[in-house]
Amino acid sequence: MRTAVPEFPEARLRELADRYAAAVAAKRRRVWLGLAVLIAATIAAGWMGDVNLWKFAENFWRLPAYFASIAPKFSFSTAWVDLSEWFWGLPRWTQLLGDTLLIAYMGTLTGAICGFVLCFLASANLVRSRTTVFVTRRVLEFCRTVPEIVFALIFVLAFGLGALPGVLAIAIHTTGALGKQFAEVVENIDNKPIEGVAASGGNWLQIVRFGAVPQVLSNFVSYALLRFEINVRGAAVMGFVGAGGIGQELIEAVRKFYYTDVSAILLLIVVTVMLIDFTTERVRHRLLGLEGSAR
Amino acid sequence: MNSFGLENQVSIVARHPDIFRPDWWHRGKIAIGVGGAVALFLFGIVQLDIPFHRLSDGMVRLGGFVQLMLPPHPGSWAEVLKYLHALGETVSIAFLGTLGGALLALPISLLAARNVVANRIIHLLTRRSLDTIRGVDTLIWALIWVGIVGLGPFAGILAVICSDFGTFGKLFSEAIEAADKNPAEGVRSSGGNHLHSVRFGLLPQVFPILLSQVLYYFESNTRSATIIGIVGAGGIGLQLAEQIRVLEWQKVSFLILLILMTVSAIDWISSKLRFAIIGQRPIA
Repeated sequence: MRTAVPEFPEARLRELADRYAAAVAAKRRRVWLGLAVLIAATIAAGWMGDVNLWKFAENFWRLPAYFASIAPKFSFSTAWVDLSEWFWGLPRWTQLLGDTLLIAYMGTLTGAICGFVLCFLASANLVRSRTTVFVTRRVLEFCRTVPEIVFALIFVLAFGLGALPGVLAIAIHTTGALGKQFAEVVENIDNKPIEGVAASGGNWLQIVRFGAVPQVLSNFVSYALLRFEINVRGAAVMGFVGAGGIGQELIEAVRKFYYTDVSAILLLIVVTVMLIDFTTERVRHRLLGLEGSAR
Repeated sequence: MNSFGLENQVSIVARHPDIFRPDWWHRGKIAIGVGGAVALFLFGIVQLDIPFHRLSDGMVRLGGFVQLMLPPHPGSWAEVLKYLHALGETVSIAFLGTLGGALLALPISLLAARNVVANRIIHLLTRRSLDTIRGVDTLIWALIWVGIVGLGPFAGILAVICSDFGTFGKLFSEAIEAADKNPAEGVRSSGGNHLHSVRFGLLPQVFPILLSQVLYYFESNTRSATIIGIVGAGGIGLQLAEQIRVLEWQKVSFLILLILMTVSAIDWISSKLRFAIIGQRPIA
């Protein structure tokens, strides 16, 4: 097949070429401007953050040296003995890890329940009153923005050392985070079931129960599982401020230079976190798959 | 009108027994799930030795703290300047940490993406090492770096770089793998080599997505940068932890307020920039 390509007259061609060149130049200018702003911000931040590249270069060898020093002594002839020496505290550490997981679980569950209750109050499509929505949202935002470890610091003073402040801190943070995500899900649901329940005389609770909840439940569970994953990481460091779990053991090992203990505990934490990630990802994919097939 | 339904309900139920019969199998599954969750919770209470008698006392004490916190007050003008400086440190930590993590993660994420490097072993190795780095919390990285470069915000920056390196490596490689492969094939078919296809076929597609992810994390890193001071890695967390320990509640609430305002300001800026770059699109 042949087609004749129309040839533009010279003047028109030049105009087009000029316009193209101008567009490219404008884009270049924007990129250069962005880069300049970025570099200026980097320099300002570096000055503010006491970045000392000399000191860094001088001390960088300490990072591999640190990892070398926390690495256990290992030789092939005595591998088993070395291993058991490295993980000498395994029973205690597994118990603490179990505690950490339980703290994360209890915090997530409590937070998910609170978030579940609050999210409907924060959804503009279910609640008429602007004030209720506004106030609930600000409360959730507060719970979310204050870092959980700050809550933990304050709760340790109020409730004493132990797992309780850790659970409460995670629960509050989870309430804020999940409440927001849940509310976003609720605001995106199909309005027809809600109207249906309202039209057949249901009150607000019935509207939520039969109109909204069936649409959002699988999404909620998926978000809660994701949050559990995040909370396991958070619970691992709760012990830094005395709020239970394996963190206490880790920070002591670091501060007292029990080098091989540091690596053993870190390894345990990393493996646990990976296992949890893997499991929850499986479950979440199944949940979302179920939802996909139901539709 | 209402009686219409009620009168006929019995006959409707009688006509469609399959629909109205309770589904015991389904209900049983739900009951087992809920029962298991509650049992695990109760087990947790026993195992963690949650002291319920301290709960009410603690609540009273907490209420006392909140009363002492109001109104927020920084103490003196010199303190305000000190806090603002600490806040600047925190924002710098978040900024440089995010930037450094992103710059380091970009080449590695290309290695971890299946459509750029076809070698399975390289792919698997980079993925697993990224997972390992990501499994260590920012606070733990801060603890390690404080031991290496000493106390101060620089340790915080390095800690944020490390933990972001893992996160960005994963996010970037996923974004790269999700990219449309037609442009890359176009470059190949017009005679470009593999590097050309990555540079001109792949990167232009994913760059806006990566940029928006980086901006999103800048905000979340500001939150985590506020706390790494607790282990001595600089920023406002150091001040906050100190004031909590010496029970200066008015200063504590002032600092929390300061953090809230900063985080929401950065949230606002980063979401504005994000929308300017990619429009209103959710970040996966």
